[in-house]
Order: sequence, then C-alpha cells, then structure tokens
Amino acid sequence: MIRKIGIKLIVIVGITAFVTIGVFSYFSITTQSDALLAEVERQANQLGETIKYSIRYDMLLNQRDRITKIIQDIGVQKSIRDIRILNKVGEIIYSSRPGDVGKMVDKKAESCYACHNANKPLSRLPIKERTRIYRTASDSSRILGIINPIYNEPSCWQSGCHAHSADQTVLGVLDVTLSLEDVDNQITRSEIDMLIFAISAIIVLSLIIGFFVRKWVSVPVNSILKATDEVSSGNLNYSIEDIRNDELGSLASSFNNMTKKLSEARLQLFRSDRMASLGRLAAGVAHEINNPLTGVLTYSSFLLKRTQNNPDLQEDLKVIVRETKRSREIVKSLLDFARQSVPKKNKANINEIIEQAISVVENQLTIKKIKLIKDLDSALPQITIDNNQMQQVFINLIVNAADAIPENGGTIRIISSSLNLSPIGIAHIKKALCIKRHDLIDNESKIDGLSMIKLKVKTNGEEGFVYLDPVYGKSRNRYGIEFNRKKDISIECPRCSNSLINEKQKCPVCGSAVYRFETPPNGFFEGCINRECGWQKWEDVDAAGQKEYIEVKVIDNGSGIPNDILPRIFEPFFSTKGQKGTGLGLAVIWGIIDNHDGTIKVESELNQGTTFTIRLPINSGR
Amino acid sequence: MSKEYDILVIDDEQVVLDAVNKICTAEGFKVDITASAVEALKKIEANQYKLIVCDIMMPDIDGFQFLDKIRKRKISSQVIMTTGYTTVENAVNSLNNGAIDFIPKPFTVDEILNPINRGMKYLEIQSMISKTKPFNDDSDIIYVPCPAKYYRLGYGSWVSVDFDGSTLIGVTDLFLRTIDSINEVELNNVEDEIIQGTTCAHLITGNGISHNVLAPISGRVIDRNKDLLTGAVVLEKDPYFKGWLYRIIPSDPDYELKNLIPCSSDRL
Repeated sequence: MIRKIGIKLIVIVGITAFVTIGVFSYFSITTQSDALLAEVERQANQLGETIKYSIRYDMLLNQRDRITKIIQDIGVQKSIRDIRILNKVGEIIYSSRPGDVGKMVDKKAESCYACHNANKPLSRLPIKERTRIYRTASDSSRILGIINPIYNEPSCWQSGCHAHSADQTVLGVLDVTLSLEDVDNQITRSEIDMLIFAISAIIVLSLIIGFFVRKWVSVPVNSILKATDEVSSGNLNYSIEDIRNDELGSLASSFNNMTKKLSEARLQLFRSDRMASLGRLAAGVAHEINNPLTGVLTYSSFLLKRTQNNPDLQEDLKVIVRETKRSREIVKSLLDFARQSVPKKNKANINEIIEQAISVVENQLTIKKIKLIKDLDSALPQITIDNNQMQQVFINLIVNAADAIPENGGTIRIISSSLNLSPIGIAHIKKALCIKRHDLIDNESKIDGLSMIKLKVKTNGEEGFVYLDPVYGKSRNRYGIEFNRKKDISIECPRCSNSLINEKQKCPVCGSAVYRFETPPNGFFEGCINRECGWQKWEDVDAAGQKEYIEVKVIDNGSGIPNDILPRIFEPFFSTKGQKGTGLGLAVIWGIIDNHDGTIKVESELNQGTTFTIRLPINSGR
Repeated sequence: MSKEYDILVIDDEQVVLDAVNKICTAEGFKVDITASAVEALKKIEANQYKLIVCDIMMPDIDGFQFLDKIRKRKISSQVIMTTGYTTVENAVNSLNNGAIDFIPKPFTVDEILNPINRGMKYLEIQSMISKTKPFNDDSDIIYVPCPAKYYRLGYGSWVSVDFDGSTLIGVTDLFLRTIDSINEVELNNVEDEIIQGTTCAHLITGNGISHNVLAPISGRVIDRNKDLLTGAVVLEKDPYFKGWLYRIIPSDPDYELKNLIPCSSDRL
C-alpha cells in the first residue's frame, strides 16, 4: 500500500520530467539542426559563388582544362560530394568526378526539380529555392544540394569563343552537393546527449523523491500502520516513538493521544463492567453462601452454648464460630467492595493483625515447607484501620506468596516498619479551584487511577488543554497543544477563562511564567509552565513536612510475575490460578488499601520472587 | 383447630428453618416453620403467632410483599426480617415497612435469640398499652415515646437534626424497655463512619447479652456521649436528651430521613 504512494509519486514526477525535458530537447535540437543546416547552406552557397567566380574568367577564355582542374581541385574536399556544371540540355560538362562528364541528367531528377517542375525551365531561381536536401538511398546520409544557375551576360556572348548567343537567359547550372553526414552526426549526438540527460535526470529525480518519500512518508506511515495494527490487535499500550514535527508527526502524536484515551476508556469500561458483574456475583454469592453459613454458625454457636462444661470441645467450637464469623465478614466485605463502602475503622496495631493473619495460614505454610520470617517493628504506633479487611489483605498476600513458591519449599518474609516520606511524589491534588471557584479536576482523564487537572492554554491564537499530573512533583503532564514558553501564553480555567498565571512570580529555576490555583484545604499549588522545567511548589504540603507511614512488605522467593501481566494483577477477575482462583483477591486488596488512603505496589522478578509493599498513613486525615 | 404458637419461621432454606427451630425450641418457645410465604399466609389465617421470622429473598412472594400483606390484613403478629443479602436498603426498608427488627444472616444463637426476646417483650408492652389505654392513666407510663421532632428507625433508635446540621442519635425508651438493665455501653470511636441500618453500638445487659443498636442515619462521628462509657444510668433515665449516643455529621440526611418514621406520627 505504502509503496504505491511512492511509486505513484515517482511515476508522476518521471512523466513530468520526461515531458519537460522532451519538449525542451525537441525545440533545442530542432533549433540547433536548423542553425547547422543554415550554416551549411550558407557555406554551400558561398562555395557555389566562389566556384562561379573562380571559373568565370576561364569560362570567358574558354579554357576548359583549367575549369576542370579547378573543379576537381575544389571537389577533393571531404565535405564536398559533387561539383558539376550542366549545360542547358542537362549534359554534364564539368564534374569533380571525371567519369560523369558527358552524362545526361534527367530533368526530373532531384537536382532539377526546383526549376523544371512544370516542364518549363524558369528563367530566374530565387536563392531560397536553390537548395534541396535529399538522400540517394534510404540508408545513406543526407545530401544538401545547391543549384547555382549561370546566367547569360554580355561578356558571354561578346567573348571570342562565341559559344553562347545573346538571347539565352540561363547558360547552365553549377550544381554543388555537400554531404550532411557531419551535421547529421552532430544532431544525432546531441539527440543522444539529450536522451542520456533526460534518463539520468529522471533516474536521479526518482531516487531523490523515492528517498524523501521513504524518509518523510513511508517510514512514519509505516510506523503509524504498525501502531494501528498493534492497537487493533488489542495492544493499547503501544505508542509511536520518534515523532517528527510535520503533519504525519501530529498525526502520530494525536494517534498516541487517542490510544492513550482509548486505553483509559477501555480500562474504565472494563472496570465498571467488571464492577457491575462483580456486584451481581457478590449479591448471588452473599445470598447463596450466607444460608449455609447460617447453618454452620447457628449450630456451632448453639453447641458452644450447650457444652459449657466441656472445655476441650469449647475450644474447638470457638474456632469454628470464630472462623465462620470471619467468613461472614469476608462475604460482607465482598459486598462492601462491590458497593465501595467505607471500611469500619478502629485503632489497631498492624503487627497484631499480621500475627492473626499468619495464625490462620500457618498450617498451610508448614505443609508446603515454607519458612516464614517475621521482621516486625515492635515500636509501631497504632493506626486507624479496619481489622477484618486488613487481616484479609495479609492472609491474601501470604496465600498468594505461598502459591507462588514451588513444591520444594521457600521462604516468605514479612517486614513491618515505619518511615518518613517527603510529600513529593506521594501527595496528590484532590481538589483544585480557579479564582471563580470552578473545579479544575477532570474526572475523565486519569493517570494511575487519579483524576488529572485540566487547564486551558491559549497561545498564538490557538487554544488547547493541558492535563496536569495530580501527583506532587511527578509532572507526567499531558499536552493537548504544543506551545513555546518564550511566546505569549495564557493559562486559564476551562470554564470561566480567568487567568491562572501568577503575575507576581517567575519560575525560580528557569524564569518562565508560573501558574497557580487553590487546592483546598491545602493552600495553593504552583508550577512552571515550561515543559522541560517541571518546577512545582505546594507550600502547605511542604510545610506539613514529611509524612509518617507504616510500611509492610510481603516478600517471597517464588516464581515471580511476568512483566507483561504485572500491571493487570489488581484488575478484578484477573487470575493466573485458573480454576483455583476467582481473580478477586488482589482487586479486593487494592480496594481495601485505597479505602485506607494507602498505597500498594508490586515488584517482581521472574524466578526470583515478588515483593508487595503496602504503605498506610499513620495520621490518617479522616 | 386454631393453635397458638410463639414463633413462625419462614425461610426457603431447610437448614435455616431447622436451626432456628432447634434454638428457639430449646429456649422454650413453641415454633412452627414453613418454606414458603404463601404457605405462611395460610398458616397465619389458621393459627395464632406472636412473632414471625421472615426471610427476604424467597421464591413466589418475597419478604417485603409478605410484610405488606400482613399489614393489610391487620394481623397483630410482629415480624422480624432476616436475609443473606445484607444491604442497608434491605435493613432500612424492612424497618420502615413495619418489621420490628432486622437480623443479617448468618447469625449466631445470641444474634437470633436477642431480637426474638426483645420482640416478645415488645409484644408484652404493646398489650399492656392496649389494656391500660381505656383508663388513660397518666400516672402509669409504660414507656416514653420519642419527642415530636425526632425521627426513628423501627422502634429502636432515634435521630434528631440540630440547627447546625449535625445530628444526635440515640436509643428509644421502648427499645430500652425490651431489654434488661444495661451494664455497659460499647460505642464506636470519634471519626468512625457509621452506616444507616448497620450496628453502631452494643448495649450489654446484666445477663451478659449484647444488643445491637442499628444506626438510624449514616455519617461521621464527631462526638460521643462520654457519660455512657462509665455507666448507662443516664441512658436509661433520659434516653432522648442526656442519654444520646453520638453526634454525627450526616452524609446524606435529605435522602436518609425519608426512610425514617417521624416520631410526630406516634402522637396522633
């Protein structure tokens, strides 16, 4: 397909070049050959006149030998074919070729045609009509002949020989024929030169066009084509690298933009779709599982009541009741997750929750020959969390880790610690307002699940939007418009067009203009408009200083997670366990951690192991 | 032909029927069971039941339709709703449609018996009222109804909207009358979120039984009654004013108040 554009262009340009050069060559060669012929004609004429005058005196003296000698001498020249003098009846009297003397010339022959056309000899022949060009044979070179009539003049009939009478007009003709071989050769040579020039011009033009078509059209179009193929086959993470600054470049960047939007839309659709089916599933599961659970819980709690004098039995029954209650909470949390409800938070020690989680799965680990290493920081403060949900998080993570460990055993390490983190790269803007208190948060464009901030940019009469990364200091902004920081730019609220540029300040790093908007309840957010600079300042957040987090790592040395599925593991129903799993575990975990204002991230190396890192804020704002 | 039962259990799950039957029978109640609401309506025509424990999600007629039919037929039995699909809507709808209590499945023995015992007590109080009413004897007040501007969820908890938009929530006197004297009140923490129709406090009585108080409205707790943490006397003495449980910032008061019963309707 692409080749065709190139070939079409080359053909069109080739034809244009061919026609142009052809027409040019035609006129050039015609003019050149006309000029050459005229020159030859002039020479021939001159030669005729010269011969005529050279022999005039001898004619008058009737010295035929001398005339013959002169004609023969002149006739030796290479370009001269024949010099003949014919008398009135057509007999050759003198000739440069001695054998021709005495022969009669047919008046209908080529050389005589100009005068004897109408069987009546002309008395006068204009100079223009004296020449003729002809070939003796079709493959011989052309011959230019010139007839020079010898008119009667007084000295002819007054001369002593009295060869001519006074009433004659024309005494005979001097016929000079010149070979046009040289001229023809020259013309042919220039024709060949022209042809060579035309062909090489076309070839060079085609090559140049081919090269630039390839460079400017084929390569970028191919890369876009490849990208569309990738996208249509489902790879929405594909983006076109190496974007040029021409129209195809803008096409490529808008294609990238489209793909990005498409991928976000798909993810959202996917999530909401999953959420909807998850909701239906949860309702079904809740109803179906809660009934049998009711049986277990009522009978076991009933037994517990009735066997108060049997401590052994009591102990076991308590486990059944406790675990059934936990199942009840899990089903409930499934419903809560589907309905995105708020967790029931209490102050709790994360280490205790980890210990409880471990006690639930300890047996499983022992059976699978998995060594569990606990490295818990005993000095951790209590944090506000939902015990059951958090326990579920750790049970899930440990079970996942255990599943990743091969049959011959391995280790799982659980580390809890506290850490201080600077707000840069963590704190994110949840609310942004312009002067007129319009919300700048755009819920339709998201990065890592966080809504971005939408600003209107006007520059050089063009308008477009810029989407700011809500995470403080990350600057993974998206630009819907190209602009140069040097030029006049206004940054405005998309709704009321009030300027967001802070006139009082310039960027302390690069001196560009600075935008500023309110981020209640955390004061104002400022940033440099220069794309390369990325300077940002969030005074209130900076002032609050470093934030304390509890960090829990669950590390296994199991099979690891392949890189291509790593970004998908928190999606609902994404499972690598086939029939063994529902694909809900990590999605539920993600939801729980998110509801606690925390973060969860995963790092994994194939066959080396996986590390899940959970961070929970110690002074939760809520 | 007409028999007198204490409890009718309606549930399409046999194991639930058996379990509730066993527990309640062991507790000394006379129990009848049925797997379908249609069947239950026939039984109600024929026999006398004090309390009905009814599942919500059932084939043919569901719990809400059943509740509706009972009310239309002016049957004196009180209904306790239960369901495996525990949602706030289900809980609130049940109480709003005339059920006296809501028990989410799965439940323990105590979790089913406490509401039943409260229900029995509630019936006793109701019958005492109907007996005393003709005499209109103010000196013998059985329970204090909640103040006119309050709203209540079922008969258990009340909510009062303050002028600043925050709300106070507490327990009704009627609820307190259905349980023994309280030893201890377990409250949630300040800053916790509470959700309408779910448990927001536990009242632990002298005999060690824990009664769940369902939140009448959702919101964030901004204050709780510290007097209750040391003793429940103030709650029993003055449940509508000094005995409040929480002060909360409601999350969606306009919508949620519509699902509650205005206390002014009790005074007609």
